[in-house]
Amino acid sequence: MDVIAFYIFAAIAVVASVLVVGQKNPMHSVMLLITSFGALAGLYVLLDAPFTAVTQIIIYAGAIMVLFLFVVMLLNVPREEPAPPAVSALLGPTGIRIGVILSLLLGAEIVWALSRIGLGWFPQDPAAASVSSVALIGASLFTRHAFAFEATSVLILVAMIGAVVLARREH
Amino acid sequence: MLTSYVPIFIFIVIAAAFAAFTIVFARLVSAQKPNAIKLEPYECGIEAAGDARDRYSIRYYLIAMLFVIFDVETVFMFPWAVSLGKLAVFGLIEMLLFLFILVVGYFYAWRKGALEWQL
Amino acid sequence: MPAWLPPPAVLAHLGLILVVFNMLVLSAAFMVWMERKVCAYIQDRNGPNRVGFEGVLQPFADVIKLLFKEELRPKAADALLFAIAPVISAAAAFAAFAVIPFGTSTTLWGLLDQPIPLQVTDVNVAVLVIFAITSMGIYGIVLAGWSSNSKYSLLGGLRSSAQMISYELSYGLALAAVIMLAGSLSLREIVLNQAGTWWGFIPRWYVFLQPIGFLIFMTAGVAETNRAPFDFPEAEQELVAGYHTEYSSMSFAMFFLAEYVNMVTVSAVATSLFLGGWLGPFLPDWLAWVWFLVKVFLILFFYVWMRWTLPRYRYDQLMEFGWKYLLPVAVLNLLATAALILWIG
Repeated sequence: MDVIAFYIFAAIAVVASVLVVGQKNPMHSVMLLITSFGALAGLYVLLDAPFTAVTQIIIYAGAIMVLFLFVVMLLNVPREEPAPPAVSALLGPTGIRIGVILSLLLGAEIVWALSRIGLGWFPQDPAAASVSSVALIGASLFTRHAFAFEATSVLILVAMIGAVVLARREH
Repeated sequence: MLTSYVPIFIFIVIAAAFAAFTIVFARLVSAQKPNAIKLEPYECGIEAAGDARDRYSIRYYLIAMLFVIFDVETVFMFPWAVSLGKLAVFGLIEMLLFLFILVVGYFYAWRKGALEWQL
Repeated sequence: MPAWLPPPAVLAHLGLILVVFNMLVLSAAFMVWMERKVCAYIQDRNGPNRVGFEGVLQPFADVIKLLFKEELRPKAADALLFAIAPVISAAAAFAAFAVIPFGTSTTLWGLLDQPIPLQVTDVNVAVLVIFAITSMGIYGIVLAGWSSNSKYSLLGGLRSSAQMISYELSYGLALAAVIMLAGSLSLREIVLNQAGTWWGFIPRWYVFLQPIGFLIFMTAGVAETNRAPFDFPEAEQELVAGYHTEYSSMSFAMFFLAEYVNMVTVSAVATSLFLGGWLGPFLPDWLAWVWFLVKVFLILFFYVWMRWTLPRYRYDQLMEFGWKYLLPVAVLNLLATAALILWIG
């Protein structure tokens, strides 16, 4: 049962992600990316990490994708613009040249990364099951990882100031 | 515990299927006689001028950006709220420090007029 | 029973899911009638009174009429997104109700060995699931607005989404304050924590411990459901009908349904978090859901009452109110709650 659910969610995530790249209309890409995030949330539930799953929906699918939608609507490019001639000579027809190079690079990276990780890389710690409890996440986040938590606020501050400054300049 | 999430999924599927079925069913039973005038976007009876997908105010982008930022903050609040009993005063001080840094950004955005809607 | 059937508990659960779904659809129909009736009495007229007793069957007549209406799609619209937007809206509206408990539990008069709880499902992050699903509701509206390729639709969709994200933050922070009191994210546990009374007559509802939280939640809830006085996406006088200007027939009906189901869901969440859910005096356990219905109904009535009493805000006032007043107050409320809990213990 779990295995079937895993393959369904994984298939949705992979297919949706591939289609994101293949779309001409950026609006469709955004919707497919949301679908992919939804499937990822399903995978997190299967891993007994419901808090991560819900956070995935709230932050990624619910907040960041709304920002993406607004940016797509703000720029309002219904179709991809053709690249200038100098660039398109480099990219090859329909960007195939650079696409092939990048895929080869990515493939090499994945093979390299997988060869370094054995199956025993992630120990099956019985205590790991406790991740499912939000209270335990809180207890660990606000004690052991307190510094990382406080550092996040500085990160958020930088993002906020950046957003305000960028928007002001556009004005 | 995992099985307790299945009904949510079933519920969503039922709702989506119900909506899709009703719409398709209505299409099948109703008379469809489209013509060029009917398929114009509505503009109070005047002929539609220009494309609707025009560029719009940068404020929407700014609001969305601030929303992402504060949403991250809100999500941190949930595990903190649940485990406050265990964290005790240390937890409160920690959250006050976290929020203090955010409040600096909040007032910066306020002073710079990011929260004003009027142009 | 034949062997190929799933066990009775699973069948009962599926039955329960279908019952809840149908009740939601019917409650939306009832709300449409109530809205028109209350509006009529507020405006000193009778309202629908021809179809059925006092017009109760009016919503069904409306649905049949809409069913046979022509479905139009502007020729420059994005066909795919235009078609799925109402489906997303409806699905998101219904989904949040899945985690709301509306009664104790039942064995169906002894038919089942194990009692099943009156709730689609009890998950341990229920409150967050509601928050997550609420944040998904935006997409139906944005997509409807964008895909129609009509100026009114686009403006309505944009305004509505900006409004929803602005108030979602305060909504989430009000949820967090209740979570802190209950020390749990499960709605059933939150409701059960509100059992009992103070001095024998004041119920231990969280509305008395969190009055400000309740006000924040209700304000944000009205804004989230796009209801008056925050009904900007529809603002008839300026935007025609907002994001669903171009929709007709059943696609339009789905947005309509979603709006009313959203109201029911927000009222049900408010009831569970602040008004003790199904808890109440006099009724035996198996009838406890009646209290739930009564409380939800009262909040819904308040919603309708408000719509026909208050004028609409101005959009810049709405955004400023959300960001400059409601959000800081929600944060301060949460911190004050934390400090009080730690102080009193």
